[in-house]
Amino acid sequence: MSELITLTIDGVEIKAEKGTSILRAALENGIYIPHLCDHQDLTSVGICRVCLVEIEGRRPTVSCMTPVEEGMVVTTSSEELDMTRKVNMELLILHHDYDCQNCAKNSYCKLQELTRYVGIDEERISAMRAPALDFPIDDSNPYYQRDMNKCVLCGICVRTCEEIQGDECIDFAFRGIETRISVLGDKPIIDSTCVTCGECVSRCPVGALVPQKAIEPTYEVETVCPFCGCGCNILVGARGGKLVSSTAVEDSPVSGGSLCVKGRYGLSFVNSPERLTTPLIRRDGELVEASWEEAISLISEKLGQYKGDQFATIASAKCTVEDNYVLQKFTRAVMGTNNIDHCARL
Amino acid sequence: MAGLATTLGSGAMTNTIGEVSDSACIMAIGTSTTEAHPIIGYQVKKAVRRGAKLIVANPQEVPLVRFADLFLQIRPGSDVALLMGMARVIVEEGLHNQQYIEERTENFEAFKESLSEFSLDFVSDITGVPEEKIVEAARMYAQNSPASLLYCMGITQHSHGTDNVLALSNLALITGNLGNISGGVNPLRGQNNVQGACDMGSLPNVYTGYQKVEDEGARQKFEGSWKIELNPKPGLTHTEIFDAAYRNDVKALYLVGENPVLTEANASHSIEAMEKLEFFVVQDIFLNETAQKADVVLPAASFAEKNGTFVNTERRVQRVRKVIEPVGEAKPDWWIISAIANEMGAEGFAYNSAADIFREISAVTPSYAGITYERLEHGGIQWPCPAEDHPGTPVLHTEKFNTPSGKGKLMPLSYRPSEDCCDFDFPLILTTERSLYQFHSTMTRYSEGLDELSGGEHIKINPADAERMGIADGDLVKVKSRRGELEVKARITRRSQPGVAALSFHFAECPTNLLTSSALDPVAKTPETKVCAISIEKA
Ligand code: SF4
Ligand code: SF4
Ligand code: SF4
Ligand code: SF4
Repeated sequence: MSELITLTIDGVEIKAEKGTSILRAALENGIYIPHLCDHQDLTSVGICRVCLVEIEGRRPTVSCMTPVEEGMVVTTSSEELDMTRKVNMELLILHHDYDCQNCAKNSYCKLQELTRYVGIDEERISAMRAPALDFPIDDSNPYYQRDMNKCVLCGICVRTCEEIQGDECIDFAFRGIETRISVLGDKPIIDSTCVTCGECVSRCPVGALVPQKAIEPTYEVETVCPFCGCGCNILVGARGGKLVSSTAVEDSPVSGGSLCVKGRYGLSFVNSPERLTTPLIRRDGELVEASWEEAISLISEKLGQYKGDQFATIASAKCTVEDNYVLQKFTRAVMGTNNIDHCARL
Repeated sequence: MAGLATTLGSGAMTNTIGEVSDSACIMAIGTSTTEAHPIIGYQVKKAVRRGAKLIVANPQEVPLVRFADLFLQIRPGSDVALLMGMARVIVEEGLHNQQYIEERTENFEAFKESLSEFSLDFVSDITGVPEEKIVEAARMYAQNSPASLLYCMGITQHSHGTDNVLALSNLALITGNLGNISGGVNPLRGQNNVQGACDMGSLPNVYTGYQKVEDEGARQKFEGSWKIELNPKPGLTHTEIFDAAYRNDVKALYLVGENPVLTEANASHSIEAMEKLEFFVVQDIFLNETAQKADVVLPAASFAEKNGTFVNTERRVQRVRKVIEPVGEAKPDWWIISAIANEMGAEGFAYNSAADIFREISAVTPSYAGITYERLEHGGIQWPCPAEDHPGTPVLHTEKFNTPSGKGKLMPLSYRPSEDCCDFDFPLILTTERSLYQFHSTMTRYSEGLDELSGGEHIKINPADAERMGIADGDLVKVKSRRGELEVKARITRRSQPGVAALSFHFAECPTNLLTSSALDPVAKTPETKVCAISIEKA
């Protein structure tokens, strides 16, 4: 445990670990400071300048880049601060393609949250409103879409790709109003080194990076990814008996809130129309549908004739611990053989 | 995982995924971590950003190489030579941890003697890696502590896979890298619940928790619990089961959730074996290529349709929860087996839920004794967890090893070439690998989009070989081995070294394993799918 520092924010005395930024110390203590480009998993860069605060005895400063100090007295809202913040926000929104009704991020959007907090003056905006951006939408990736007309240039995706995925597929490019996040050579994302981990998509604060065909789940259940041996914890969303979403469990000790392409986007096999839905029994050379009663009585009658080492079981590393336990118990206790293996070796 | 069990007394990952980012040195051998275990790949990259040294040893230039301080592009099947060569440099230069060796290991002298075979020029000759790089790797690994070894199928899928694993444990033991945080010998398990299937005794020689069927005490305990007399003879392994079926010794097979038509080494032999069976039951979520050969096919519930637990590669037992009702009439696997057992008049299969079964598992498995569903509600637990007030075990062997003497055993080794060697007719080595987007056959193929990202199956050939054979990128080629042939498109890439070509084994359209060898590792009985001599010509 590192050193604790005491400071005052908006008259409330709080404690924070040495090295924490004012912004994160405030958020951890339930004090809201508006912010856009800061993300708890990433390094702070101070580019959106929305998180301005006043510190007694100093000029207004961005709270995400200022570490807490002993005895600091911080104010998060004043007439001057609110005005500067408003101007900063207006600059962000000036060219924004404001079409919340048709935006996948509607009602989860950080920009909406901020405009509400800051209280943007609609009239002023429409008076100075510049034409919305008109970049083509990149939907080359089967799982997520990039709409740079919604981008607020917070750089979270760039830092995510670099710091979490460890890749550098995307970066800031061009200048002035043309500034956007782009793949090297301004190519579609599918032609980049992007491995579709979706880490940037899950962190983008606005509707610039959104999953293709996003369907809102009616409920979510925490479970474990069925693909590789990492065993990442996932929150699986379902609706109408189908799986519709999968997101990382934030505080997972295994994955630390990350996932790869398979755990995030690869679960639709469960909904496949090709799933087996009834037992099948071979009759006259063809596999035909049968009832459970028929299948179970046929199997138990047949297996009764093959007890001992003429029987074998191939178990599965995809099935649960409980499935495997019952399978080996059946093989050993009922069929009387130790002929059981699975493909761990592969 | 027979190798680690011999030297350390346990065949699981010794350390925890989260520790990898704090290692001072990581050696990733035979694993394309970023593709096969992406989350562990993130940890490796994080460690590198924090200043860790990264050594990648692999026949293929895998994506992780971009982050490596040192890349050893070894010839397929030469891992033992490389690792023993490194050990020799470490001992000769006095970089080994003498105190650790004295206190915690045994057999050092015999081991040291066996190093004499592995002179630098010999090792360089076998591996194709320049001498100075071998020396550099040895120093890097020995001088940056804690050092973590990561390995995967690339290491175990050889006719001498067990030796490979022993060579890794030797390296960790002489440098004191076992029992420490962020060190260790870490096998990265392929499928989600390989660890759990092994833990549960879905293996021919052990009951749950690696209690041996040959051990009379263990057997009596299970006879008592299951109230029936048990067969003391260890059973057949995966590959042996198919051989026995081929010989008509095994006549009935119950196969769950696997697709050996695609994944079995020397697949044409396995297919014939299946056709000879008198009674063949397949239980799966899809009517895959193997299920199509069955007499009865049973519809299983998917992971999202049942309760239970999975155990990940770091021994963490975690709750799997039902999200939706099973599709159609599908049922959880445990339910189906229990129904059959009950119909056959067996006792002890009256389970009503996965929780019922887990209680029985905890009661008969010492390493699971302290794990309950109630505890798992608050997060996963890493075994061994012997009691309900025990927190679980993130790092194994911190005080002693689970061997009879409590010490880690150093194993003398010698170099054995791979069984399937190249010659004039089959001049190239084929190695199999995994793609990020595909996962051991069926599941990912039914998930929309993943196929699109993977771009289909290709054989990856080095530009120099391609030019010599007159093959261009995208050409359809015929690949032949001593056991079979197939057609596939060529991808010309420096990812493959000259003389080596790579295929993955995910696609039904291109069953790679028709080509590969089923020469077995004498101890672990792992088929050699990683090394196979082939020829390539334009189709
Ligand atoms: S990104 Fe946010 S503010 Fe912009 S259109 Fe979408 S929901 Fe509205
Ligand atoms: S999806 Fe992953 S790899 Fe692709 S740009 Fe985003 S963070 Fe980078
Ligand atoms: S795409 Fe999203 S995350 Fe990236 S800079 Fe734009 S708004 Fe930020
Ligand atoms: S999300 Fe990716 S890394 Fe995590 S368990 Fe699933 S497949 Fe493995």
